[in-house]
Amino acid sequence: MNIPEDRRYTKTHEWAKLDGGLIVVGISDFAQESLGDVVYVETPEVGREVAAGEAVAVIESVKTASDVYAPVAGKIAEVNEALADAPETVNEDPYEGGWLFKIEPADAAALEGLLSPEDYAKLVEEES
Amino acid sequence: MLYLMKKTPLYDEHLRLGGKMVEFAGWQLPVMYSSITKEHLAVRRDVGLFDVSHMGEFFFRGPQALEFLRWATLNDPARLKPGRAQYSMLPNDRGGVVDDVYVYRVGEGEYLMVVNAANVAKDWEHLSRLAQGFDVELENASESWALLALQGPRAEELLQPLIDVELAKKRKNSTFTGVVAGAPARLARTGYTGEDGFEIFVAPADAIAVWRRLVEAGAVPAGLGARDTLRLEAGFPLYGHELTDETNPRCTPLAWVIKDKPYYGREALESGECSSRLVGLLLQSGIPRAGYRVLQGGAEVGTVTSGTQSPLLKKGIALAWVGSDAAAEGTELEVEVRGKPHPAQVVPTPFVELGKK
Repeated sequence: MNIPEDRRYTKTHEWAKLDGGLIVVGISDFAQESLGDVVYVETPEVGREVAAGEAVAVIESVKTASDVYAPVAGKIAEVNEALADAPETVNEDPYEGGWLFKIEPADAAALEGLLSPEDYAKLVEEES
Repeated sequence: MLYLMKKTPLYDEHLRLGGKMVEFAGWQLPVMYSSITKEHLAVRRDVGLFDVSHMGEFFFRGPQALEFLRWATLNDPARLKPGRAQYSMLPNDRGGVVDDVYVYRVGEGEYLMVVNAANVAKDWEHLSRLAQGFDVELENASESWALLALQGPRAEELLQPLIDVELAKKRKNSTFTGVVAGAPARLARTGYTGEDGFEIFVAPADAIAVWRRLVEAGAVPAGLGARDTLRLEAGFPLYGHELTDETNPRCTPLAWVIKDKPYYGREALESGECSSRLVGLLLQSGIPRAGYRVLQGGAEVGTVTSGTQSPLLKKGIALAWVGSDAAAEGTELEVEVRGKPHPAQVVPTPFVELGKK
């Protein structure tokens, strides 16, 4: 199971990484594998204010629809438009090309409250 | 609770092939090996292989086996010559369906019925009760058989070198015996995907060897995920979704199953109007799912019972029960997806052209 060291994770299988003042968010390798073939991604509106833990995006796979939650509070700054034409990128490249949206955080330090890669690895092992 | 779930004879093989195991009707089965879409397309264009050993098998023998089955099922097994099979349903006494099944005449007076895994106990209890007073012997042979489904336009081409029967002579819905990859087998040219194919019954001890020979010959292992998208594209019902103890098959496109002969619960099934009907819905955007509301001009007219994005069409497709006034082909409705209505048109099924190479 691929769990990069350069970012933090949530209990709901999102990853979050600081990049030039914004928090980039996607779903983990474990999550994309559980979902199966992604066929559609509903991204949030740019400018929307979101609370930590709020459902802000939906990933539709062939077999189910799954909510994606904002890891931290802030404002949606950018969404990955490329997913409209190539939703399968979420399966193929969940940690880079498959990023979902970027949040302008209310407090960048909120990232520290998320799971470390080691803690997330433990969670994944329990859920496997 | 994993240890309580049943395993088919192919369980270890699924793990070996990288199958992602899930629970289905009390059994551990693979939902997919690589990707639902890839497995789905392999069945439509090439040949796929499913483990459906979890399904139930009942045998009916005795002087009144036929008479009993004519009473207990909606289709008419009197139409079956030896070596022929038919899709059917078990009616209850209130106009609903106990299960949908396949009935095979495997001998002069011997019949096989394959039933849904989730309903084995229920169907057995129901049929045993109904058989009182008939000179018929019922056998629940579900544990004695493994069942593999080889499905796709290349199924005959792939299977022929491995079997001692001339397959070109076997029509759709025929059933026959043969030796497959060295193992004695019963076969039927039937399936749940809408493509050509063979369902292969073998002894559990032979299952892995037969499976491996078929995969080596080029059959693509396919899981429950693809099985569901394939049957949905073909417009086939899944018991528990489109058909239940409360749904009247008269009000569905499957009404052809009901034959004009005495059967259990006939009066209840054939009385009254259809206040709702089972229809196919095609969306241009949005993916419908079971339980989503169907609307017409903002008012609720029905519910989706099964939905997905069709891997072939890349559009949302659904089966839904809707009020009869909204059920005509071409009617413009909406499916509510997470609070937003998406246009959905009532279309005939199957949603795609089946049996295409």
